[in-house]
Order: sequence, then structure tokens, then C-alpha cells
Amino acid sequence: MSLLYIKDLKVSYGGIEAIKGISLNVEKGEIVTLIGANGAGKSTTLRAISGLVPLKEGTITYDGQVISGQTPQKIVSEGIGMVPEGRRVFPNLTVLENLKIGAYLRKDDLTPDIEHVYQLFPRLKERSWQMAGTLSGGEQQMLAVGRAMMMRPKLLMMDEPSLGLAPLVIRDIFRIIETLHEEGITILLVEQNANAALRIADSAYVLETGSITMHGTGHELLENPKVKEAYLGKSRKDD
Amino acid sequence: MFDRILPYILAGISVGGQYALIAVGYTMVYGILRLINFAHGDIFTAAGFFMVYLTASLPMAVSIPLVIVLTVALGFLLERAAYKPLRTAPRMSVMISAIGASYLLQNLMWYITGGLAKQYPVLPWLGDNVQIFSASTKVVTIVTPILTILLVIALVMLIRYTKIGMAMRAVSHDFETSQLMGIRINSVISMTFVIGSGLAAVGSMLYFTNYSTVTPTVGAMPGLKAFVAAVFGGIGSIPGAVIGAFIIGICENLIKAAGYTAFSDAFTFALLIVVLLFKPTGLFGEKTAEKV
Repeated sequence: MSLLYIKDLKVSYGGIEAIKGISLNVEKGEIVTLIGANGAGKSTTLRAISGLVPLKEGTITYDGQVISGQTPQKIVSEGIGMVPEGRRVFPNLTVLENLKIGAYLRKDDLTPDIEHVYQLFPRLKERSWQMAGTLSGGEQQMLAVGRAMMMRPKLLMMDEPSLGLAPLVIRDIFRIIETLHEEGITILLVEQNANAALRIADSAYVLETGSITMHGTGHELLENPKVKEAYLGKSRKDD
Repeated sequence: MFDRILPYILAGISVGGQYALIAVGYTMVYGILRLINFAHGDIFTAAGFFMVYLTASLPMAVSIPLVIVLTVALGFLLERAAYKPLRTAPRMSVMISAIGASYLLQNLMWYITGGLAKQYPVLPWLGDNVQIFSASTKVVTIVTPILTILLVIALVMLIRYTKIGMAMRAVSHDFETSQLMGIRINSVISMTFVIGSGLAAVGSMLYFTNYSTVTPTVGAMPGLKAFVAAVFGGIGSIPGAVIGAFIIGICENLIKAAGYTAFSDAFTFALLIVVLLFKPTGLFGEKTAEKV
């Protein structure tokens, strides 16, 4: 069953069309990845879904209901969480407060969720009272993921979670993504690290300057010679 | 010597508290919107006029809360009308809108009052005389610093320990991510104007107990000084604004005690220049290391 369906989405910034009519589908329970170079429009797509940028054309349907044109608050409350690009934790709030603010719209008891996040990321528990600005990049990324989990999203969108992190930390982050997936969260992952993203993805789209140029399962794209050449850093001769 | 200076120190603490109540409004709005709300001094003046007109027909016990409610409503409307439509506009546009809003309010008050100074009603108890050591002063002198400190402590607790306070801190740092958390940034911004205006209303009641007449431009000077206090303390920092306000209030009055009354205002603005030159972030201002 389709959880998120984007149809003919167009977004423009100051007259420049950043997204030129893309359609994509995220099935419930899948990991879907959107790969592409810098400036291809990956982040813009996520920002359009979360209501941060207005659509020029097209519709976004989530869980059977049109969400395009809604406020970010409304979209969050429907169960779409976001781990924004560059982590964007609140540096002037403590780790615990960052988690609590992730559940801003919830009114029930947060203790089990906080425990759950701390269980996944024991480092955060150790640093519970520290200001988030004092954490390392990897810890901040974990906090950003934990914060997004606090609103119990059905769909979690992640914008370049591996950006600027050490290889070991990247491996942790991808392991966490798989854990979340096993917990039943549907994931829409935007990545420049195409190799790692395609390996865990059920379905993948390649975005080039605002248009989708390729679509297939993660494996299909991993094996695709064009993808290999452009995004996996291997030339055709290597095979 | 002490006997001669004491009344000035008392007056300094008192006027410092009044500046502090105004300064908090400047610093909070700046903290969230990065905007100097130039109309804040006029909100303070309007609170004075509200009291004048309300007490003309209503008992004091009704007027006092009503003044606070009306001032808060005015602050709220100001934000909705003059700043909210410019949320995504360049900061300079918002700044100009703030200056415009200030003149609009001032001129509106000229129009309504005919420009004549109005007699501020005598608030019960606050205006009574009291003896402290050798100095005779009004009750308001004692009440102001105590009330100021209590209100500021309450405010700091609100910001530190409540959900809305947490939202305020988050919004002050990052509008967009706050929205992704489901925070309505407009409500949070309105809340800061509500709190700032409410404190300015309280400040005006204390201030006019000493200065007894209200004119449409009367808020300009205390407004400016509170602004200097906010900058001196480090704009964006609430404790900074309060400490800055007390320092300015006390210094001004010590200068008066030394016989240089004519220079007391000049001192405040000279202080502003010195602070901007040597420590632009003020006493407790956040150091902004902008990553490029």
C-alpha cells in the first residue's frame, strides 16, 4: 500500500524551477532512497513534502489524503518526521530538551520514547544534560534521528544523514536506519552516499537537475552501469 | 556623605527597575526575531494613556488589570500588523516597519489626546511616602526593584522550564527546524510580544508614579535608555538587560548626585557608543561565530 505518493511535483525558487515535475511512490514499510548530485533537487523534494516550501504544481498524497498546501505543523502531526540536512539540532537546548521538543505536539507520557532513544543511542543518555551544541557531529546526527523518532513518525525523511561524518559513524547511521526500518517505520532517504543508500533501499530514484532519470530497486540501480559511472565512482572498465 | 547620596541610589535602583521592565521587551523580541522593536517605547506610553483614560471612569482595581490587558493586546496587534506580514522579508524592511509603527502609534496618541499632557492618576499605596534611613521616598521606589526581580525570575523560569519556554528558545535559534517539530512559530513570536508588552505596562505604572504626566512622546526617553540597557547587557539576554538597566539607572542618578544633572542622559548614550565600540556583544551577549 502506498504511504506517500508524489505526482507531477514542481517547485521553483525565484523563477528557477528546482523540481521539474517528478512523481515518486513510497510503499508502506519500505526504504526508498533518492540519490543524485548536489543541486539535483533532493533536499527541495523533502522540503516540499514537509511543507517548508510551496509547490508550484502537483499533489502530494500521504496515507490516502492530500497533504500538499498544508502547514508544516499539520504535516508533522500526520506522522511525517524529518531529519533535516546538516542535523540542525538546537545547540542551545540540552540533549534531553532536543528529544522533548521532537515530541512537541504530543501530550502523552514521553518516558518510554526517551528510554527507547537512549537504548538505541547510549551516547545520548550519557550526555543527556549537555547542550546539544557541544556534541560531536556523529552524536548530533544521532540526536537529530532520535528527535525525529520522538513524534513516532510513520514516515521518516532523512536528508543526507551521512554528510560530513567519519566512515565508522556513517556505518552506525546506516545500521540505525535499518533498525528503524525493522521497527516498521517507512523511510525516505536522501543521500549522496549512493553506494550505502542503494544497498539498504527497497526502491530507489535518481534525481538529476530536477527530474527523475532512473528508477528501480536498490539492487537494480547498484548494478546499473550508468549509476555506477555517475554515482558509485566506478568506471565501466572496472567490471 | 551617605545621607546625601542615599536618595540618589534609591532613585537609581527604582528607575533602573523601570528600565529593566522595558528592556526585557526589547531583548526578548530581539532574541527571537533579531529585530529592534522601535515601537516598544510607544507601547509603554500607550499603557500610560490607557491608565489615564480608564481611571477617568473606572475604579482603580479594575483599571490596573485592564491596562495590562489592553497593552498586551496592543503589543499583539502591533506584531500581527507590522511584523508578521514581513516574516520572510529582509531584516531592513522589518526594521523600517518598526520605525513606521513607532511613529504611527505616536501620532495616533497625538491625535487622540490633542497633544496635551495628561495627569497620571495617583496609584494607591505606591505614591505614599516612606522613610528609609535618612531618606524620604515613595513606596514605589522600594516596590520597583522587588517587583522587577520577581517578574524577571518568573520569566526566566518560564523560559527555562516550560514547554512554551523551550519552544521560545528553539524558535530563537532556528525557525525552520522549529516548524518541523510542529511548533507554530507565529504563536511563539506573539507570546514574546505579549510578555514584553505586559512587562512594559507594569513598568509604566511604576514609572508614572514618579513622573505624573503623560505625553505622546514621553516613552521615547525611557524606551531609548531601556534599549541601551539591553544592548549594554548583551541584546538577547534577559539577565543582561536587567543588570544593564540597573547599572544605567544607578549611574544616571549618581551623576545627578555629583551635580551634573545635565549630563545624566548624555552618559547613557556615551555608554552605548563605548559598548558598541569595545564590546558589541555586551556583558552577556551570545558570541556569534558564524560558520561559513
